[in-house]
Amino acid sequence: MGDALLWHRLQFAFTAVYHYVFPQLTMGLAPVLAWLRFRREEKLADFLTRIFAINFAFGVVTGLPMEFQFGTNWARFSASAGDIVGQTLAMEGMFAFFVESVFLGVLLWSKPTARQKLVAAVALWIGSWLSAFFIVDSHAFMEHPVGFARSGGKLVLADLGAVLTSFWAWVEVAHVLVAALVTGAFVLAALGAFYMLSKRHESEAKRLLGLGTTLGLVASFAVAFPTGDQQAKLVARHQEPALAAMEGRFESGSMAGITLIGQPNVPKRRLDNPIRVPGALSFLAYGTFHKNVRGLAEFPEDVWPENIELLYYSFHLMAGLGTLMIGIMGLAVLQRLRKRLERSRMLLWGLMIAFPLPYIANTAGWLTAELGRQPWVLYGLMRTRDAASPNVHSGDVLFTLIGFCGLYLLFGLVFVFLVGRQILAGPGAEEAHD
Amino acid sequence: MVELWYALVAIAVCVYVVLDGFDLGAGALHLFVARTDAERRAVLEAIGPYWDGNEVWLLAIAGALFVAFPSVLAAAFSGMYLAMFLVLWALAFRGVSLELRGQSKNELWRALWDFVFCASSASLPVLFGLALGNLLRGFPLDPSGMVVLPLFVDFTPAPPTGLIDWYTLLVAVFALASLTLHGALFLASRTGGDLQKRCKRVATLALPVVLALWIACGAASGFVARLTLRPLAIVLLASAMAAFAAIFVMLRRERFGAAFVASSTFLASNLAGLAAASFPTLLRAVDDRASVTAYDAASSPHALGVGAVWFLFGLLAVGALFVRRYLRAT
Repeated sequence: MGDALLWHRLQFAFTAVYHYVFPQLTMGLAPVLAWLRFRREEKLADFLTRIFAINFAFGVVTGLPMEFQFGTNWARFSASAGDIVGQTLAMEGMFAFFVESVFLGVLLWSKPTARQKLVAAVALWIGSWLSAFFIVDSHAFMEHPVGFARSGGKLVLADLGAVLTSFWAWVEVAHVLVAALVTGAFVLAALGAFYMLSKRHESEAKRLLGLGTTLGLVASFAVAFPTGDQQAKLVARHQEPALAAMEGRFESGSMAGITLIGQPNVPKRRLDNPIRVPGALSFLAYGTFHKNVRGLAEFPEDVWPENIELLYYSFHLMAGLGTLMIGIMGLAVLQRLRKRLERSRMLLWGLMIAFPLPYIANTAGWLTAELGRQPWVLYGLMRTRDAASPNVHSGDVLFTLIGFCGLYLLFGLVFVFLVGRQILAGPGAEEAHD
Repeated sequence: MVELWYALVAIAVCVYVVLDGFDLGAGALHLFVARTDAERRAVLEAIGPYWDGNEVWLLAIAGALFVAFPSVLAAAFSGMYLAMFLVLWALAFRGVSLELRGQSKNELWRALWDFVFCASSASLPVLFGLALGNLLRGFPLDPSGMVVLPLFVDFTPAPPTGLIDWYTLLVAVFALASLTLHGALFLASRTGGDLQKRCKRVATLALPVVLALWIACGAASGFVARLTLRPLAIVLLASAMAAFAAIFVMLRRERFGAAFVASSTFLASNLAGLAAASFPTLLRAVDDRASVTAYDAASSPHALGVGAVWFLFGLLAVGALFVRRYLRAT
């Protein structure tokens, strides 16, 4: 295995996927915490802040390697695109990160008043969402580069305003933030269901269920429409081979269908055992049933995404789970309006065990974006294989990848232990922290 | 504009070392100066509100390099690949141990995380010292401006070069000693009782060690590093000497806060002096003709210009926030 590129990619993918477990919850809970502080529901807010803080700490610890890997593992990418992505990534560090760590310090290490807690909660909300914006903006530049010029083999910044106001970036950041709210909502609902079923903290459980299901329905709907819909339309317009691969579509034609189930058979260039909704893809991507949606066969193979199978499954997993989550939350809200949610054990059980779904869907969504962009690291400008550090060999990368596997296994155990303790202690418990 | 960014990177490095330096030093010390659980908690409470914010200045260094000198970031980070990940892992263990220690009252549990915290805190100054030593000695840059640097080869600064040789190791030991002193002074200024007495003892013992290592590093750098003694560098060197004398005096008078400020000045003057003496070289090569200067590596004028506006704005805002927090706590 002399090919260092594979290990570079695996390490980045592994550390990124692992990292994203944490910020999706902090971004999703941050506005809820601010709201609870605003409503002076301090007991519940204190409890959720403890869970938030653990997630936040793990997010910071696992986030730092992400920023550094641009330099260590992707040196050629950093050297040639740093002029542009350096700006947005450094902005994240400067504005968002500073604000967050300072105000988290206020919350955890001093004995703040209710008013200070409210200020800190709002600051953390702004900080975490700003973080998301700058990171997603950097990512959007990779998916759809704007605001740059070429100068001697390097990309140089031509217009920072264009980079910051890129339409792709705003659609993507909306999609990412709403998806994070879904995670937050499912976690709230699962906590509420857990306490309700355990017959503990019942008044808080009611509140958690109310918050979780209401936010959950609104957010899981907004993930699909308008944000997901707009995101897909952008892919259809700017990354045609990616759209074709996401749908496992090899041949062109109008009345293009959406595949519900099927297995892409890339060597034979067809989709096995397909069940399709005819015309739906043409309509969703272009607004008319008769629009031709080009299949992969129309593109040279060197611009095909490299892992069509995984891309196809990621996209379908995301979309399928998204639909399921709307269903679950729709049912829960309906039952809650009929005042039956708290007595419906089946539904409470469902809500309690459903919390991993948004985590899986979020991950699958990011995989769709990343795999769909391949073989490019900067779409149409720079290939992934030209982006890695030429001076770092496979022995080094495999060493650090194995190191991350061990470290993150340990962190995962510790995380589950810490969060589990807080959940078992429940709202109103003395903080375990001394 | 290039000069401004060179200065910004240097300032970020100075601020990072002064700020995170005290909590790293305090962490490296705390197994030795704090004996009881209450004392260890006192150490953690002294640095608890700050370490996270201090660490963010490390991101500011990386951020400034990324904006202004991306090819240097790329070459240095990938060139010191294994060391960079050791830094990241040590930072990770450090953050986690602080978070975990208080989660159980079990003695063994606390002893475990105290040890992890101490070991990770002590290893970071060593790694940063190694990196500084490498920057001064020079990297084996190839014509594409990239470098391959194993952890060690034969422990001499002559090619074939490794990250660790006697010179970089000397700088690393100096870094550990001076940050331990720095941390001891910080703790002495923020605690009381036996803990404070022990911190004072550590600081008193560390003082001659730091002085000896400082002189040794200076002499060795004369042979290994190629620095330009311009007026600014000499002024900063004089300021470092004065600051060192001030540490000595303030420590004897038990004015720990003032001694800590003097120690901060000592660290910052040293680093700023090195930056001034190295300008415009950013990434020194073993073969000096291959060295990368700030002018070679700079981003486009537009990127430097707009970057400077928001970076300076951010630096001022954050600086004001930090000053306010530190002043309020004293």
